[in-house]
Amino acid sequence: MSDTQWEALSNQAVAACGALYFLALLAYLVQWSALRTVPQAASAAHAEAGSVAVATGPAKTVVADPHRAALTGRLGLVLTIFATAIHAVALVARGLAADPDRVPWGNMYEFTLSGTFFVSLTFLISYRRLALEWLSPLVVGFVVTVQMVAVIWLYAPVSPLTEALNSPWLVIHVVSAVIATAAFTLGGIVSALYLFKARSPEAGGYLARVPDLRTLDVVAYRLHAFAFPVWTFAVLITGPIWAHQAWSSYWNWDPKEVWAFITWVVYAAYLHARATAGWKGRKAAYLALIGVATLLFNFIGINYFSTSTQHGYANSAPSQVDG
Amino acid sequence: MADLRLDDATPEEAPEPGRRPGELTVLEALRWAWRQLTSMRTALILLLLLALAAVPGSVIPQRGVDSLKTVRWQTQHPDLTPIYEKLQLFSVYTSVWFSAIYILLLISLIGCIVPRLAVYWRAMRKQPPPAPRHLDRLPDHTSYDTTVGASSVLPSAAAVLRDRGYRVLVDDEAGTVSAERGYLREAGNLLFHVAVLIVLVGFAMGGLFGYKGGVIVVVGSGFSNNLTQYDDFVPGSLFNPDWMEDFSFTIDRFDVEWIESGRGKGLARKFVSALRYRESPESPERTYDLRVNHPLTIGRTEVFLIGHGYAPVITVRDGNGDIAYSGPTIFLPEDLNFLSFGVVKASAAAPTQLGLEGFFYPTYLKVDGNPINVMGDDRNPTLSMLVYAGDVGLDDGSPQSVFVLDKSETEQVRSPDGKPFRVDLQVGQGITLPDRLGSVSFEGVETWNKVQISRTPGKWLTLAGVVLALVGMLGSLFIRPRRVWVRVGPPTEQGPGAGTMVEVAGLDRSGNGDLPTELAAIEAALQAQVPRVSEESS
Ligand code: HEM
Repeated sequence: MSDTQWEALSNQAVAACGALYFLALLAYLVQWSALRTVPQAASAAHAEAGSVAVATGPAKTVVADPHRAALTGRLGLVLTIFATAIHAVALVARGLAADPDRVPWGNMYEFTLSGTFFVSLTFLISYRRLALEWLSPLVVGFVVTVQMVAVIWLYAPVSPLTEALNSPWLVIHVVSAVIATAAFTLGGIVSALYLFKARSPEAGGYLARVPDLRTLDVVAYRLHAFAFPVWTFAVLITGPIWAHQAWSSYWNWDPKEVWAFITWVVYAAYLHARATAGWKGRKAAYLALIGVATLLFNFIGINYFSTSTQHGYANSAPSQVDG
Repeated sequence: MADLRLDDATPEEAPEPGRRPGELTVLEALRWAWRQLTSMRTALILLLLLALAAVPGSVIPQRGVDSLKTVRWQTQHPDLTPIYEKLQLFSVYTSVWFSAIYILLLISLIGCIVPRLAVYWRAMRKQPPPAPRHLDRLPDHTSYDTTVGASSVLPSAAAVLRDRGYRVLVDDEAGTVSAERGYLREAGNLLFHVAVLIVLVGFAMGGLFGYKGGVIVVVGSGFSNNLTQYDDFVPGSLFNPDWMEDFSFTIDRFDVEWIESGRGKGLARKFVSALRYRESPESPERTYDLRVNHPLTIGRTEVFLIGHGYAPVITVRDGNGDIAYSGPTIFLPEDLNFLSFGVVKASAAAPTQLGLEGFFYPTYLKVDGNPINVMGDDRNPTLSMLVYAGDVGLDDGSPQSVFVLDKSETEQVRSPDGKPFRVDLQVGQGITLPDRLGSVSFEGVETWNKVQISRTPGKWLTLAGVVLALVGMLGSLFIRPRRVWVRVGPPTEQGPGAGTMVEVAGLDRSGNGDLPTELAAIEAALQAQVPRVSEESS
């Protein structure tokens, strides 16, 4: 296949997986409406006991239509799996559309496409381990929205990587950064839920279907505990190795590096907060949200505030990761 | 942050009689301060402060990162500059306040881990603690009845727990098994924090004893490694120029591959500089193809190719007809197509000094009367510059001034019709300036390479440090320290066949929250050996 054909395939796959994610979202919405019931008072006692395992589902509720709920829930999951598979095709095709073939993260569009893919993949992988069914509508909704933003505002035609980006370290560096970003994002979503739930523990609707505070805290912690070492590997090991090869010094304090470091420090603070009396729970969850904010700022905001750097080849590149 | 009271990290000691509460001796105050500094809460605050303190450096140009940009910013913001200068905002990462935060963090870290090393050492060799009196009060607790006698339940329980990697202590008298695992979690945590120290030491070594310098070398000419030859040079605070290795190199050729068609048309890739070098004046000459991402290592110094551009060969003759300036002039690329900006300062020109400022188009094309640059390859090299007469200043040798023309003491040269006089030249052409000021000719195009040269002592130490930190962190985050107790007692229901009640309870010390799963697995394994009383027999 020619490069143009690959690019067209990639675009079609993006459209297809977008549609599938959207259908999955619809299925989940139907599921939630079928589940829309009065939560029983038991839920409050549940949270008190503090003995609920991660695997324990949401508090007991009377399900209006259990059959329809189960069916649509399963449908949503199947659609999400298909969407993620096609999402993968879109990424691979994007890489093959470049000449020479390359990894699909040359610009903001591709980075966003990869990021959302890993959000969805990480979610599916931890779906059973962390019993994440309740998180489905949020994740699928998030992926669909961000993907739409990417297609509408960030789309850029395929172009070759600049020389400095042409390094195996870049592949390792970026793939780990994207995976960590995806897991941090999921962790951030769960932490946000934690805060909502902590504010109105008796709330009905979606929040009633979300597990109790302790479970939310543990799920958020486990996502962060996975993401943190991966992020460390990405920004404090492979990033510097690559920077050293390309720019002669492994740490340059350039804005991207500074913000990756800030993110790292904030999440280190999150982990400390969880072990500090008075910072457990709410404040730790706020730190997790600050962490996501620093990630996003590094990805988007810094391009507008940046004091850009001298890094010759890497800097003037149109297709650099930094966008 | 309302509850950041300093006193809640440690329990307050009861005041001695005869003294007002709150009165402290110097020693006590010092001890108090030390405990505060090394508390988890302080570490947390310092970490957050460090993150916050790093922010300004990403928004305000930093001298150590991009000096040219810093100077430009400073000329644009004359009011803010002195204030920022006072606050050390142009060198955030070496500023007093940034250093203060990380040094405090460092002290806090040392004060935190050193005492814990001893605690850990003792804990490491401790037996699992005896079972609490009321196992059923632990949050994670189960029990069941079995027909097997108490004396044979305990060995089975011990075996099951040992199989699962627990350290086990059987107390036949009390009828309990105590078990603990995950001793290495704390080791991981300590390793991580020690490794942070290692990283900081390695980083500091690079910062203190290393150097980083850049030089623009016109292809065809050479460089030898001494201070005077650098365009910019950032030494570590304890750097000694005697340590510089005595190497030299010449760039013989520079090849670029231009993308001719398809995507990315007009862009360059595969930059290769053919280098001839000597490690020292006595050593034999060698060759190396210097490429991006493939530095040349000479001794402990590394040489990197980090940029390239064009150097049009320009000759300026003055009003007397003498050559006032001649040679390849380095133009800095403004965009990916290598539209480049440069400056000529003919300070030797007489009677009037001359300055030129303008653009170099590698592949010039006029479209609808507008000049455009088609691509980065020099297929139709063209110069387009404006001329200034007057005092252009003496080149004082500071790196950025080469690329900036100070026009304050000059006047723009104009054509008879009053329009700015343009020097538009293609290779081989020349032009005479109005008012008998002289002439300018464009003789050819050369290329230059930007070469970065650096020496980074401690870089392997730093790398080893981060890798150890990662290993320690993995241990600390994923090793699950747990305590499990099994107790046997009289059965809940007396009856024929009923023998023993088995209680299993545990404590999770990792915050991972998966203890119930673990307890369920332990119970299942135990029931395989010590079966639960079945419905019929009870
Ligand atoms: C440069 C400063 C520091 C950094 C970058 C840092 C980073 C971290 C990170 C990333 C973790 C989570 C991974 C792990 O558990 O090993 C952690 C945990 C921990 N840190 Fe630090 N830390 C620093 C200073 C300190 C200080 C000064 C203390 C003592 C007060 C401390 C005490 C702890 C403890 C007790 C844990 C375990 C928390 C838990 O049980 O989950 N750290 N630290």
